[in-house]
Amino acid sequence: MIRIGLDIGSTTMKVVALSEENRILHSRYNRHLSRIEDMALEQLEEIFRLFPGERFSLALSGSAGMGLAEDAAIPFVQEVYATNLSVKAFIPGTDTVIELGGEDAKILFLSGGMEVRMNGTCAGGTGAFIDQMAALMNVEADQLESLSQKHERTYAVASRCGVFAKSDIQPLLNQGARKEDVARSIFEAVVNQTIAGLAQGRRIEGNVAYLGGPLTFFSELRDCFNQALHLQGVCPENSLFFVALGAALYAGTEEIQPEEVLQRIRLRQHTGGYASVKPLFESQEEYEAFCRRHAAGTVETNNAPGYAGRAYIGIDAGSTTVKAVAVDDQARILKSAYLPNGGNPIPPVKRFLEEFYREYPSATLAGAYATGYGEQLIRAAFRLDGGVVETVAHFTAAKQFLPEVDFIIDIGGQDIKCFRIRDGAIDDLFLNEACSSGCGSFLQAFATTWGLSVEEFAKKGLFAPRPVDMGSRCTVFMNSSVKQAQKDGASLENISAGLSISVVKNALYKVIRTSDAKALGKHIVVQGGTFLNDAVLRAFEREIDANVVRPNIAGLMGAYGAALCARGKQNSSTLRAEELAVFQHQTSQTRCKGCQNHCLLTINRFDSGRSYISGNRCERPEGAKKNTLPNQFSQKRQWLAEIAREPVSGAFRGKIGLPLGLNLYEMLPFWHALFSKLGFEVVVSPESTRKTYLEGQHTIPSDTVCYPAKLMHGHVEWLIRQGVDAIFYPCLTYNFDEHRGDNHYNCPVVAYYPEVLRLNVPELKSVRFISDYLGPHRPREFRHKMYNLLNRHFPGIDRKEVDEAVNFAYRQYGQYMDRVRARGEEILRESMAQNRPVIVLAGRPYHIDPEVSHGIEDLITSMGAAVVTEDAVCHLASKVETKVLNQWTYHSRLYAAAKFVAENPYKRLNLVQLVSFGCGVDAITTDEVRRILHERGKLYTQIKIDEITNLGAVRIRLRSLFAALGQEETHG
Amino acid sequence: MAKKDGYTRKEQKQFTILAPDMLPVHFTLVCRLLALYGYHVELLKNDGRQVVDEGLKYVHNDTCYPALLVIGQFIDALNSGKYDLQKTALMITQTGGGCRASNYIHLLRKALDKAGYGNIPVFSINLSGLEKGSKLHMSPPMLVKAVYMLLYGDLLMLLKNQVEPYEIQSGAARELVDRWTRKLVEKTRDPRQLTVSAVRKNLCAIVRDFAAIPRENVEKTRVGIVGEIYVKYSAMANNHLEEFLLSQGCEVVVPGVLGFLGYCVDCQISDIELYGGSRLRRRVLEFALRVIARAEQGMIRAIQEESDFHAPGTHFETREGLHGMIGLGCKMGEGWLLTAEMIELIERGIHNIICAQPFGCLPNHIAGKGTIRALRERFPEANIVPIDYDPGATRVNQENRIKLMLAVSRDKTISKGA
Repeated sequence: MIRIGLDIGSTTMKVVALSEENRILHSRYNRHLSRIEDMALEQLEEIFRLFPGERFSLALSGSAGMGLAEDAAIPFVQEVYATNLSVKAFIPGTDTVIELGGEDAKILFLSGGMEVRMNGTCAGGTGAFIDQMAALMNVEADQLESLSQKHERTYAVASRCGVFAKSDIQPLLNQGARKEDVARSIFEAVVNQTIAGLAQGRRIEGNVAYLGGPLTFFSELRDCFNQALHLQGVCPENSLFFVALGAALYAGTEEIQPEEVLQRIRLRQHTGGYASVKPLFESQEEYEAFCRRHAAGTVETNNAPGYAGRAYIGIDAGSTTVKAVAVDDQARILKSAYLPNGGNPIPPVKRFLEEFYREYPSATLAGAYATGYGEQLIRAAFRLDGGVVETVAHFTAAKQFLPEVDFIIDIGGQDIKCFRIRDGAIDDLFLNEACSSGCGSFLQAFATTWGLSVEEFAKKGLFAPRPVDMGSRCTVFMNSSVKQAQKDGASLENISAGLSISVVKNALYKVIRTSDAKALGKHIVVQGGTFLNDAVLRAFEREIDANVVRPNIAGLMGAYGAALCARGKQNSSTLRAEELAVFQHQTSQTRCKGCQNHCLLTINRFDSGRSYISGNRCERPEGAKKNTLPNQFSQKRQWLAEIAREPVSGAFRGKIGLPLGLNLYEMLPFWHALFSKLGFEVVVSPESTRKTYLEGQHTIPSDTVCYPAKLMHGHVEWLIRQGVDAIFYPCLTYNFDEHRGDNHYNCPVVAYYPEVLRLNVPELKSVRFISDYLGPHRPREFRHKMYNLLNRHFPGIDRKEVDEAVNFAYRQYGQYMDRVRARGEEILRESMAQNRPVIVLAGRPYHIDPEVSHGIEDLITSMGAAVVTEDAVCHLASKVETKVLNQWTYHSRLYAAAKFVAENPYKRLNLVQLVSFGCGVDAITTDEVRRILHERGKLYTQIKIDEITNLGAVRIRLRSLFAALGQEETHG
Repeated sequence: MAKKDGYTRKEQKQFTILAPDMLPVHFTLVCRLLALYGYHVELLKNDGRQVVDEGLKYVHNDTCYPALLVIGQFIDALNSGKYDLQKTALMITQTGGGCRASNYIHLLRKALDKAGYGNIPVFSINLSGLEKGSKLHMSPPMLVKAVYMLLYGDLLMLLKNQVEPYEIQSGAARELVDRWTRKLVEKTRDPRQLTVSAVRKNLCAIVRDFAAIPRENVEKTRVGIVGEIYVKYSAMANNHLEEFLLSQGCEVVVPGVLGFLGYCVDCQISDIELYGGSRLRRRVLEFALRVIARAEQGMIRAIQEESDFHAPGTHFETREGLHGMIGLGCKMGEGWLLTAEMIELIERGIHNIICAQPFGCLPNHIAGKGTIRALRERFPEANIVPIDYDPGATRVNQENRIKLMLAVSRDKTISKGA
């Protein structure tokens, strides 16, 4: 009897044939390109042919095998369980298995209570993620291995989900980081993701086996795991086949009839039960009419080789590509280029400039502007005349095609930008959040999975008869939707069309969040490389039920706009041909010592002493002048640090620790006063850093909780190391009632995170952890409850002492809040007197944590605006009538601050809302804050923050805001 | 615009009131009760992708999945043209509390405005004194009767779950549920049927009827379902989880809804206990809690006396089982009840548990995922899998995880046998 195991994963199919002595007689590893039935038939037929006259048993495994197994009535074994079977049979003595697949990550704990962990629906792919990153770097996936071997250093890359990691890596590449170092960083990100997402407090130890494609192919990845786990794991023979082997073992001795099984699989091919939508085009004629209509959006070109007038150049250094355009004095295109940047935008730009000088020797280059992610790098490298924020560049270009344009949507490689134009100025700006990037590189990633270029891939969908209804979700989810569609038998054509449609839906419903797609605007211009795919364009027109203008240079609009913006220049400072000939570019890394952030800097040095430093959070790397604009974020931090450091004379009751995070950022003055008055030495954990997170990450049970909560794990671990007698971190269902809303709750996470710590941080068992439920919102009862509580833990404190301490605490808290408010008013007054812009950077008290805010406040002050916090201005507004239940204290402040900003006649006062990724409550507040601001004609800007460390996207958003405000002022 | 100052009882009775169908049996019974008092309530049965799409269109996409579904379902129904929009109202339950679920009604109103249905009134059923203007008018006797309806619903659900996987005549249990639902609805017309003794008689009769269904004597894997209340119960939200488990040869155990009601009352008591408050109010609440517990005890006694079915614990027993695992002050969303239900299930020998929650559910970061590690420490045999639900989550992913849980469970059974 030969036992066959067939493992059908998300991208590959593995098959083994096992003899009765557990010898592998045959094995195959193939990409199935979603031809699941066909390939299963091929594989099985091959085996039946190879071993004529044998008896067979068979079992299926793998996520894409489940549906087939059900329909064809073949035994099925869950893949993790299959691994468990084969590990026990082939590598006994293994304690832990780490298995990475195309999209799944799994850890199996075998010894000491078997447990299995699979990545949650949010954790990004692994194999697919590596492929995606390789594509981003413009190298083959297997090249990552050799690159990584030559690494010198690594970068912190967000480890939660592929999309986040991508938004970290892209700017690194654009800023000139070495590919070798980035390659290693990608592997480290995978390791962090696996450990943080899956281990959840259980230590990985003993004999560790590495299984699955990525861990088999990349020794560097194994090396990263070894380093992170401080052990030496092994990658056993046949490491690709353990799931298939497990399936074969599971198949046992139950004999199958080969012909019957094959027949049942063949039958399934003709089903195809999945939800579908209307085809994009019914006929060739329909498609041709569509193409004719869009031929109208064409910009004129000037092909005269001897052009001798003025020329202007615009360069858009985007996330994955470099776009460059040269125009003549009538805005006609002389030359354009759309080039992949291969992780470094400098060589393609250099080539473009060289070619320009060669092709137009008599033209005078009068001006050159840059825009996009790499704007500053390109400006510095080639001594361009200036730069312009992307949104303004796109608007300028769109006006050229449709002067009355009132809505622009740009879907680029990595971002979606949409903006509404009102009275000739950018009014409303939508950028995709890092989690919903259904854009160009998203299609790209899927195209790569099937080994196609994105154009070929999108084209396949044009005439698909039954496009799959994929809904609209982030890339990671889309991976599993595709998996589901494959399982349901959807063809590549129908999946391709479905993905094009989902890109559009994503932009409309997730980014713009329109409820009526038909009301976007009357004169819509679509642009960005993604719209060059007719399938996407068609899906868009279909969804909004209107015709739009797609310029033939849709992919070059940023560059074209930048070139148009440069037209005001007379003499360009851009490097000349002879200077380009000696152009040099070198990069090196260093740590900034400008402040406690210690940003990692990439220093780009060019010939003749030009340089550009990237990677700093602020606009003032080491050595530059210090920014002195008022900044309440840093000021509050400083005040809290002073409170935390306040010495307690004659502390006799022991050391009590307070973790500085979440609501402690506001309650610190209260608890610190209370305990120091009682004679405790109060130890406060320091401000968070990346290290705080990493130290605590192994005990975080829910990988989708907000980042500020995750940081708490590191804080309590720090406190334990200080040898405190107790850690005090109470559960607070209610916050103080500031009489601004219908109730005064804390959000569930702020209220009850102490419970999570108590239940998940094992070290807390070694210390007194006081996490009782308290209600300081009712002062009268509180003093009584506090007395009981304290006496339970520290007998011998008398009631009078507690009363005094409680009174003192309320006083100190009140004084602190008064001080914050007074300072806020003062900053407003001063700024108005000097006509300086002010941004109310509104979030929660704990957003001032430097590891949470990522220096966004510094970015704002470096752009010339003062920063105040929401709690410093909310008292200035009258009661807000909200359309939602206004029941959380911190969130009530947001509404009040928004109302204050909205009603304030000072035009240079604006609000930017910080939103933690994963904050469910902010799904409600953001819409409401936006509404309050819009009702009074103020702009709304939202910044989502997570563990992401790069500020590229934030910078664009803020610069667009300031650009829009500038326009408004000149127009209004 | 819907009337700002709310609606009188008389006005409310003139509307066709649409309501979400979270628990078909329970809600049907309650609706019929309301009908006796003159309210025309209709449970929504529309399902499918267009419900999700309407939800995605009108609700912030990061809002929890239940809000998205419920609102999508309402709007889809209003779009259908089946209802006279001048005479249609919507109804939604509200628990109040610090969870964002308290905001559903506001999100619904916002969505209605956006969708051009701003004139449709929305009524609220809640016990927290929210929405004074548009609260559905229910008298205290009506409330007590509603509790009985929920009690019947819990019993029918409980027995159906214990019979269906083993029934020899396929469909027998479902058929009996339908028959009893109709019968109970008929009975509610008669006020005498709502006395304690009549209810007790009905409970016993129901148990006897179920016990009489012929069953196979086979061993099945018992799987408990806990989690966020809507996702836990609604087949539309959990991708027909119960059906899937049945198809995998499992017996499903779902805690009843009275426990949740008890929990809601209990939370208000613990607020007073922890932070202070009126003693009188506390007495009233404790009385309400005893009413619920007595109803539960009636049901438990009926099961024990008339059959060999498994009976759940009372609300008090469930609470006791916590033993401080998580504080009783943890009261947002399902709060401590979620943890307590998992413990109760494990202690009753149901080690396989699916913790179903909307993706990014805030309270479940604490009481769900946050406690699983501690539960495994206390009960090494516990086999708990958290499953997230949202518009993008696919069945294949969810079912794969559940299959893993089942494979582990079978493995544990085998190794215990050896």
